[in-house]
Amino acid sequence: MKIAIPVVDNSEHTTISSAFGRAPYFLIYDTNTGEKHFVENQVARSSEGGAGVVAGQLIVDSGVKAVLTPQCGANAASVITAAGIKIYKTEGDSVKDAVAQFQAGKLAALKDIHKGFHHRGGI
Amino acid sequence: MNIAVLSGKGGTGKTFVSVNLAAAAAGSRYLDCDVEEPNGRLFFKPVITKQETVCVKVPVVDHVQCTGCRRCVDFCRFNALAYISGQVLVFTQLCHSCGGCPLVCPTGAISEEDKVIGTVEMGKSEDTTVVTGIMDPGEESGVAIIDQVLRHASNKSTEATIIDCPPGSSCTVMEGIKDADYCLLVAEPTLLSVHNLGMVWELVKTFNKPFGVVINKAVDNVHVVEDFCATHNINVLAKIPFDFKLADFCAKGLIACREDPAYLELFSGLLRCIVEEAQHETTANN
Repeated sequence: MKIAIPVVDNSEHTTISSAFGRAPYFLIYDTNTGEKHFVENQVARSSEGGAGVVAGQLIVDSGVKAVLTPQCGANAASVITAAGIKIYKTEGDSVKDAVAQFQAGKLAALKDIHKGFHHRGGI
Repeated sequence: MNIAVLSGKGGTGKTFVSVNLAAAAAGSRYLDCDVEEPNGRLFFKPVITKQETVCVKVPVVDHVQCTGCRRCVDFCRFNALAYISGQVLVFTQLCHSCGGCPLVCPTGAISEEDKVIGTVEMGKSEDTTVVTGIMDPGEESGVAIIDQVLRHASNKSTEATIIDCPPGSSCTVMEGIKDADYCLLVAEPTLLSVHNLGMVWELVKTFNKPFGVVINKAVDNVHVVEDFCATHNINVLAKIPFDFKLADFCAKGLIACREDPAYLELFSGLLRCIVEEAQHETTANN
Protein backbone atom coordinates (compact mmCIF):
# COMPACT_ATOMS: atom_id res chain seq x y z
CA MET A 1 0.00 0.00 0.00
CA LYS A 2 1.33 3.44 -0.96
CA ILE A 3 1.24 6.19 1.63
CA ALA A 4 2.20 9.90 1.55
CA ILE A 5 3.86 11.99 4.27
CA PRO A 6 4.51 15.78 4.10
CA VAL A 7 8.24 16.36 4.66
CA VAL A 8 10.54 19.37 4.98
CA ASP A 9 13.08 18.37 2.29
CA ASN A 10 14.07 15.52 -0.05
CA SER A 11 17.05 14.22 1.95
CA GLU A 12 17.57 10.74 3.38
CA HIS A 13 16.97 11.94 6.95
CA THR A 14 14.12 14.31 6.27
CA THR A 15 11.48 15.03 8.92
CA ILE A 16 7.71 15.48 8.87
CA SER A 17 6.49 18.95 7.87
CA SER A 18 4.03 20.65 10.21
CA ALA A 19 2.44 22.31 7.17
CA PHE A 20 0.47 20.15 4.75
CA GLY A 21 -0.69 22.31 1.84
CA ARG A 22 2.63 24.12 1.78
CA ALA A 23 4.88 21.18 2.69
CA PRO A 24 7.95 21.45 0.41
CA TYR A 25 7.88 17.73 -0.50
CA PHE A 26 5.76 14.63 -0.05
CA LEU A 27 7.44 11.33 0.66
CA ILE A 28 5.63 8.54 -1.20
CA TYR A 29 6.33 5.21 0.48
CA ASP A 30 5.21 1.73 -0.57
CA THR A 31 4.69 -0.35 2.57
CA ASN A 32 4.76 -3.60 0.56
CA THR A 33 8.03 -3.10 -1.30
CA GLY A 34 9.80 -0.47 0.86
CA GLU A 35 10.26 1.68 -2.23
CA LYS A 36 10.15 5.42 -1.65
CA HIS A 37 10.46 8.62 -3.64
CA PHE A 38 9.83 12.33 -3.17
CA VAL A 39 7.30 14.47 -5.00
CA GLU A 40 8.01 18.20 -4.99
CA ASN A 41 5.05 20.34 -3.92
CA GLN A 42 5.71 23.39 -6.08
CA VAL A 43 2.79 25.39 -4.73
CA ALA A 44 4.63 25.54 -1.37
CA ARG A 45 7.03 28.06 -2.85
CA SER A 46 4.38 30.24 -4.46
CA SER A 47 2.28 32.96 -2.91
CA GLU A 48 -0.92 31.92 -4.64
CA GLY A 49 -3.98 30.82 -2.69
CA GLY A 50 -5.56 27.38 -2.79
CA ALA A 51 -2.34 25.53 -1.88
CA GLY A 52 -4.38 22.86 -0.09
CA VAL A 53 -6.33 22.07 -3.26
CA VAL A 54 -3.14 21.76 -5.33
CA ALA A 55 -1.35 19.67 -2.70
CA GLY A 56 -4.45 17.47 -2.37
CA GLN A 57 -4.55 16.95 -6.13
CA LEU A 58 -0.86 16.00 -6.07
CA ILE A 59 -1.54 13.42 -3.36
CA VAL A 60 -4.53 11.98 -5.24
CA ASP A 61 -2.54 11.79 -8.50
CA SER A 62 0.31 9.98 -6.75
CA GLY A 63 -2.03 7.01 -6.20
CA VAL A 64 -1.62 6.68 -2.42
CA LYS A 65 -4.26 5.10 -0.20
CA ALA A 66 -3.32 6.86 3.04
CA VAL A 67 -1.81 10.15 4.23
CA LEU A 68 0.18 10.44 7.47
CA THR A 69 0.30 14.05 8.70
CA PRO A 70 0.27 16.05 11.96
CA GLN A 71 -2.43 18.35 10.57
CA CYS A 72 -4.39 19.12 7.43
CA GLY A 73 -6.49 22.05 6.22
CA ALA A 74 -10.09 21.86 5.10
CA ASN A 75 -9.49 22.28 1.35
CA ALA A 76 -6.75 19.65 1.20
CA ALA A 77 -8.84 17.29 3.32
CA SER A 78 -11.87 17.73 1.00
CA VAL A 79 -9.82 16.76 -2.05
CA ILE A 80 -8.09 13.83 -0.35
CA THR A 81 -11.16 12.35 1.29
CA ALA A 82 -13.21 12.78 -1.92
CA ALA A 83 -10.76 10.33 -3.49
CA GLY A 84 -11.34 7.87 -0.65
CA ILE A 85 -7.87 8.38 0.81
CA LYS A 86 -7.66 8.10 4.59
CA ILE A 87 -5.82 10.68 6.71
CA TYR A 88 -3.97 9.56 9.85
CA LYS A 89 -2.56 11.80 12.58
CA THR A 90 1.17 11.62 13.34
CA GLU A 91 2.94 12.66 16.56
CA GLY A 92 6.51 13.98 16.49
CA ASP A 93 8.59 14.67 13.39
CA SER A 94 10.20 11.28 12.72
CA VAL A 95 9.21 9.73 9.38
CA LYS A 96 10.51 6.31 10.49
CA ASP A 97 8.42 6.32 13.69
CA ALA A 98 5.31 7.43 11.81
CA VAL A 99 5.64 4.62 9.25
CA ALA A 100 6.29 2.04 12.00
CA GLN A 101 3.28 3.21 14.01
CA PHE A 102 1.10 3.18 10.89
CA GLN A 103 2.15 -0.37 10.03
CA ALA A 104 1.46 -1.45 13.61
CA GLY A 105 -2.06 0.02 13.29
CA LYS A 106 -1.35 2.54 16.05
CA LEU A 107 -2.16 5.78 14.21
CA ALA A 108 -5.63 7.26 14.73
CA ALA A 109 -7.61 8.99 12.00
CA LEU A 110 -7.04 12.77 11.85
CA LYS A 111 -10.26 14.30 13.13
CA ASP A 112 -9.54 17.97 13.80
CA ILE A 113 -9.32 19.32 10.27
CA HIS A 114 -8.39 23.01 10.66
CA LYS A 115 -9.96 25.76 8.57
CA GLY A 116 -6.69 26.32 6.74
CA PHE A 117 -4.09 29.06 7.15
CA HIS A 118 -5.38 30.96 4.16
CA HIS A 119 -3.50 33.96 2.81
CA ARG A 120 -0.38 32.30 4.24
CA GLY A 121 -1.65 32.76 7.79
CA GLY A 122 -2.09 36.51 7.43
CA ILE A 123 -5.24 38.54 7.00
CA MET B 1 -17.36 64.75 -7.03
CA ASN B 2 -16.14 61.50 -5.57
CA ILE B 3 -13.87 61.68 -2.54
CA ALA B 4 -12.26 58.40 -1.43
CA VAL B 5 -11.13 58.19 2.20
CA LEU B 6 -8.38 55.68 2.93
CA SER B 7 -5.59 55.19 5.45
CA GLY B 8 -3.69 51.94 5.16
CA LYS B 9 -3.77 51.32 8.90
CA GLY B 10 -7.13 50.40 10.39
CA GLY B 11 -8.46 52.44 13.29
CA THR B 12 -7.03 55.79 12.21
CA GLY B 13 -10.50 57.22 11.68
CA LYS B 14 -11.55 56.63 8.07
CA THR B 15 -15.17 56.06 9.00
CA PHE B 16 -15.13 58.97 11.47
CA VAL B 17 -13.78 61.36 8.81
CA SER B 18 -16.00 59.96 6.01
CA VAL B 19 -19.20 60.14 8.03
CA ASN B 20 -18.50 63.69 9.18
CA LEU B 21 -17.54 64.89 5.71
CA ALA B 22 -20.76 63.44 4.31
CA ALA B 23 -22.82 64.90 7.15
CA ALA B 24 -21.23 68.33 6.66
CA ALA B 25 -22.06 68.42 2.93
CA ALA B 26 -25.60 69.21 1.84
CA GLY B 27 -27.36 66.47 -0.13
CA SER B 28 -24.30 64.22 -0.05
CA ARG B 29 -23.92 60.49 -0.53
CA TYR B 30 -21.97 58.27 1.82
CA LEU B 31 -20.80 54.96 0.28
CA ASP B 32 -19.47 52.45 2.79
CA CYS B 33 -17.02 50.26 0.86
CA ASP B 34 -15.45 48.80 4.00
CA VAL B 35 -17.62 45.76 3.33
CA GLU B 36 -16.00 43.52 5.93
CA GLU B 37 -16.85 45.95 8.71
CA PRO B 38 -19.39 48.46 7.39
CA ASN B 39 -19.72 50.71 10.44
CA GLY B 40 -20.79 54.05 8.93
CA ARG B 41 -24.43 53.01 9.30
CA LEU B 42 -23.97 52.82 13.07
CA PHE B 43 -23.51 56.62 13.01
CA PHE B 44 -26.03 57.50 10.32
CA LYS B 45 -28.73 55.04 11.49
CA PRO B 46 -30.31 55.35 8.03
CA VAL B 47 -33.92 54.54 7.31
CA ILE B 48 -33.48 51.66 4.83
CA THR B 49 -35.37 52.19 1.59
CA LYS B 50 -33.97 49.41 -0.58
CA GLN B 51 -31.82 46.27 -0.42
CA GLU B 52 -29.99 44.44 -3.20
CA THR B 53 -28.21 41.11 -3.03
CA VAL B 54 -24.73 40.88 -4.56
CA CYS B 55 -23.91 37.78 -6.60
CA VAL B 56 -20.81 36.49 -8.31
CA LYS B 57 -20.58 33.74 -10.91
CA VAL B 58 -19.14 30.37 -9.93
CA PRO B 59 -18.66 27.34 -12.19
CA VAL B 60 -20.98 24.34 -12.28
CA VAL B 61 -19.68 21.19 -13.97
CA ASP B 62 -21.84 18.75 -15.91
CA HIS B 63 -20.12 15.49 -15.01
CA VAL B 64 -21.69 13.68 -17.97
CA GLN B 65 -20.22 16.05 -20.54
CA CYS B 66 -16.86 16.33 -18.70
CA THR B 67 -14.17 14.16 -20.32
CA GLY B 68 -11.64 14.66 -17.55
CA CYS B 69 -9.12 16.56 -19.68
CA ARG B 70 -8.28 18.81 -16.69
CA ARG B 71 -7.82 21.91 -18.81
CA CYS B 72 -9.98 23.86 -16.35
CA VAL B 73 -7.94 22.60 -13.37
CA ASP B 74 -4.67 23.58 -15.04
CA PHE B 75 -6.09 26.94 -16.15
CA CYS B 76 -7.39 28.09 -12.75
CA ARG B 77 -4.69 30.27 -11.25
CA PHE B 78 -6.67 30.52 -8.01
CA ASN B 79 -6.56 26.73 -7.56
CA ALA B 80 -10.32 26.57 -7.12
CA LEU B 81 -10.71 23.35 -9.13
CA ALA B 82 -9.50 19.79 -8.59
CA TYR B 83 -10.16 16.60 -10.54
CA ILE B 84 -10.87 13.71 -8.19
CA SER B 85 -12.29 10.27 -8.88
CA GLY B 86 -13.52 11.22 -12.35
CA GLN B 87 -15.18 14.47 -11.28
CA VAL B 88 -14.22 18.15 -11.16
CA LEU B 89 -14.51 19.53 -7.62
CA VAL B 90 -15.24 23.27 -7.33
CA PHE B 91 -14.00 25.24 -4.31
CA THR B 92 -16.30 28.23 -4.65
CA GLN B 93 -14.65 30.16 -1.82
CA LEU B 94 -11.37 30.18 -3.79
CA CYS B 95 -13.04 31.12 -7.10
CA HIS B 96 -12.47 34.72 -8.27
CA SER B 97 -15.29 34.54 -10.86
CA CYS B 98 -12.91 35.23 -13.76
CA GLY B 99 -15.12 33.25 -16.16
CA GLY B 100 -12.13 31.45 -17.65
CA CYS B 101 -12.96 27.80 -16.98
CA PRO B 102 -16.11 27.71 -19.18
CA LEU B 103 -13.99 29.20 -21.99
CA VAL B 104 -11.22 26.60 -21.84
CA CYS B 105 -13.55 23.61 -21.49
CA PRO B 106 -13.54 21.87 -24.90
CA THR B 107 -16.87 20.08 -24.37
CA GLY B 108 -18.97 22.89 -22.87
CA ALA B 109 -19.35 20.98 -19.63
CA ILE B 110 -18.90 24.07 -17.48
CA SER B 111 -21.65 26.65 -17.00
CA GLU B 112 -21.96 29.36 -14.37
CA GLU B 113 -24.43 30.05 -11.59
CA ASP B 114 -24.97 32.92 -9.19
CA LYS B 115 -23.57 32.73 -5.69
CA VAL B 116 -24.73 35.33 -3.16
CA ILE B 117 -21.79 36.94 -1.34
CA GLY B 118 -23.36 39.99 0.27
CA THR B 119 -25.89 42.79 0.32
CA VAL B 120 -26.08 46.47 -0.57
CA GLU B 121 -28.41 48.60 1.58
CA MET B 122 -29.69 52.02 0.56
CA GLY B 123 -31.12 54.47 3.06
CA LYS B 124 -31.47 58.08 4.18
CA SER B 125 -30.11 59.91 7.20
CA GLU B 126 -31.36 63.53 7.20
CA ASP B 127 -30.36 64.70 3.69
CA THR B 128 -27.50 62.22 3.28
CA THR B 129 -28.01 59.13 1.13
CA VAL B 130 -26.32 56.21 2.87
CA VAL B 131 -25.25 53.18 0.80
CA THR B 132 -23.71 50.27 2.67
CA GLY B 133 -21.93 47.23 1.25
CA ILE B 134 -22.11 44.20 3.53
CA MET B 135 -20.08 41.05 2.82
CA ASP B 136 -21.38 37.72 4.09
CA PRO B 137 -19.10 36.14 6.75
CA GLY B 138 -16.48 33.77 5.35
CA GLU B 139 -16.42 35.18 1.82
CA GLU B 140 -13.00 35.71 0.25
CA SER B 141 -13.32 38.94 -1.69
CA GLY B 142 -15.54 41.99 -1.41
CA VAL B 143 -14.59 43.51 -4.77
CA ALA B 144 -17.95 42.69 -6.43
CA ILE B 145 -19.83 44.25 -3.49
CA ILE B 146 -17.72 47.43 -3.65
CA ASP B 147 -18.35 47.60 -7.38
CA GLN B 148 -22.10 47.45 -6.78
CA VAL B 149 -21.91 50.10 -4.01
CA LEU B 150 -19.98 52.45 -6.31
CA ARG B 151 -22.77 52.35 -8.89
CA HIS B 152 -24.65 54.58 -6.44
CA ALA B 153 -22.07 57.38 -6.66
CA SER B 154 -23.47 60.69 -7.84
CA ASN B 155 -22.50 61.71 -11.34
CA LYS B 156 -23.11 65.40 -10.62
CA SER B 157 -19.94 67.37 -9.97
CA THR B 158 -21.75 69.59 -7.48
CA GLU B 159 -22.79 66.69 -5.22
CA ALA B 160 -20.27 65.21 -2.83
CA THR B 161 -19.97 61.42 -2.75
CA ILE B 162 -17.79 60.19 0.12
CA ILE B 163 -16.30 56.72 -0.40
CA ASP B 164 -15.31 55.09 2.89
CA CYS B 165 -12.61 52.60 1.80
CA PRO B 166 -11.41 49.44 3.54
CA PRO B 167 -8.06 49.50 5.38
CA GLY B 168 -4.91 48.25 3.67
CA SER B 169 -3.70 48.89 0.12
CA SER B 170 -4.84 45.78 -1.77
CA CYS B 171 -7.51 44.94 -4.40
CA THR B 172 -10.50 46.16 -2.41
CA VAL B 173 -8.90 49.55 -1.76
CA MET B 174 -7.95 49.89 -5.43
CA GLU B 175 -11.56 49.14 -6.33
CA GLY B 176 -12.68 51.87 -3.90
CA ILE B 177 -10.44 54.61 -5.31
CA LYS B 178 -10.60 53.80 -9.02
CA ASP B 179 -13.43 56.26 -9.74
CA ALA B 180 -12.38 58.85 -7.14
CA ASP B 181 -11.71 62.47 -8.10
CA TYR B 182 -9.72 62.98 -4.92
CA CYS B 183 -8.17 60.70 -2.28
CA LEU B 184 -8.08 61.78 1.34
CA LEU B 185 -5.50 59.87 3.37
CA VAL B 186 -6.29 59.69 7.08
CA ALA B 187 -3.31 59.31 9.41
CA GLU B 188 -2.78 59.37 13.16
CA PRO B 189 0.46 60.28 14.98
CA THR B 190 1.81 56.75 15.38
CA LEU B 191 4.68 54.98 13.62
CA LEU B 192 2.29 52.26 12.45
CA SER B 193 0.04 54.80 10.80
CA VAL B 194 2.96 56.58 9.12
CA HIS B 195 4.27 53.27 7.78
CA ASN B 196 0.91 52.36 6.24
CA LEU B 197 0.35 55.93 5.07
CA GLY B 198 3.48 55.40 2.99
CA MET B 199 1.85 52.37 1.38
CA VAL B 200 -1.41 54.11 0.43
CA TRP B 201 0.59 57.15 -0.72
CA GLU B 202 2.37 54.83 -3.19
CA LEU B 203 -1.04 53.46 -4.23
CA VAL B 204 -2.66 56.84 -4.96
CA LYS B 205 0.45 57.95 -6.86
CA THR B 206 0.24 54.75 -8.94
CA PHE B 207 -3.37 55.61 -9.76
CA ASN B 208 -2.38 59.19 -10.51
CA LYS B 209 -5.04 60.57 -8.15
CA PRO B 210 -4.89 63.98 -6.49
CA PHE B 211 -4.55 63.48 -2.75
CA GLY B 212 -3.96 65.11 0.61
CA VAL B 213 -3.59 64.06 4.22
CA VAL B 214 -5.78 64.73 7.23
CA ILE B 215 -4.21 64.07 10.63
CA ASN B 216 -6.66 62.59 13.11
CA LYS B 217 -6.06 62.44 16.89
CA ALA B 218 -3.43 65.15 16.41
CA VAL B 219 -1.33 66.01 19.47
CA ASP B 220 1.17 68.84 20.00
CA ASN B 221 4.20 66.78 20.98
CA VAL B 222 4.32 64.07 18.25
CA HIS B 223 4.93 65.14 14.66
CA VAL B 224 5.66 61.89 12.84
CA VAL B 225 2.93 62.45 10.26
CA GLU B 226 3.91 66.11 9.66
CA ASP B 227 7.55 65.04 9.29
CA PHE B 228 6.65 62.33 6.75
CA CYS B 229 4.46 64.73 4.77
CA ALA B 230 7.10 67.49 4.82
CA THR B 231 9.79 65.06 3.62
CA HIS B 232 7.65 63.91 0.70
CA ASN B 233 6.03 67.26 -0.03
CA ILE B 234 2.52 66.01 0.77
CA ASN B 235 -0.20 68.53 1.54
CA VAL B 236 -1.75 68.30 5.05
CA LEU B 237 -5.28 69.64 4.67
CA ALA B 238 -6.43 69.56 8.28
CA LYS B 239 -5.69 68.35 11.78
CA ILE B 240 -8.43 66.94 13.95
CA PRO B 241 -7.44 67.28 17.61
CA PHE B 242 -7.10 64.42 20.08
CA ASP B 243 -10.30 65.39 21.85
CA PHE B 244 -12.09 63.38 24.55
CA LYS B 245 -15.37 64.83 23.30
CA LEU B 246 -14.85 63.15 19.91
CA ALA B 247 -14.13 59.81 21.53
CA ASP B 248 -17.33 60.21 23.52
CA PHE B 249 -19.36 60.98 20.37
CA CYS B 250 -17.84 57.99 18.58
CA ALA B 251 -18.46 55.62 21.48
CA LYS B 252 -22.11 56.64 21.50
CA GLY B 253 -22.47 56.43 17.70
CA LEU B 254 -23.06 60.17 17.36
CA ILE B 255 -21.89 62.28 14.41
CA ALA B 256 -19.59 65.02 15.72
CA CYS B 257 -20.60 67.70 13.23
CA ARG B 258 -24.30 67.14 13.94
CA GLU B 259 -23.60 67.55 17.67
CA ASP B 260 -21.01 70.31 17.82
CA PRO B 261 -20.93 73.45 15.60
CA ALA B 262 -17.13 73.69 15.98
CA TYR B 263 -16.74 70.31 14.28
CA LEU B 264 -19.32 71.17 11.62
CA GLU B 265 -17.09 74.15 10.82
CA LEU B 266 -13.95 71.96 10.80
CA PHE B 267 -15.38 69.38 8.40
CA SER B 268 -17.09 72.00 6.20
CA GLY B 269 -13.69 73.69 5.93
CA LEU B 270 -12.00 70.40 5.09
CA LEU B 271 -14.59 69.72 2.39
CA ARG B 272 -14.08 73.19 0.83
CA CYS B 273 -10.35 72.60 0.91
CA ILE B 274 -10.72 69.22 -0.88
CA VAL B 275 -12.97 70.72 -3.57
CA GLU B 276 -10.46 73.53 -4.17
CA GLU B 277 -7.54 71.09 -4.28
CA ALA B 278 -9.34 68.77 -6.70
CA GLN B 279 -10.30 71.66 -8.99
CA HIS B 280 -6.76 73.01 -8.85
CA GLU B 281 -5.39 69.58 -9.82
CA THR B 282 -7.90 69.26 -12.67
CA THR B 283 -6.95 72.70 -13.98
CA ALA B 284 -3.25 71.93 -13.59
CA ASN B 285 -3.61 68.65 -15.46
CA ASN B 286 -5.53 70.20 -18.31
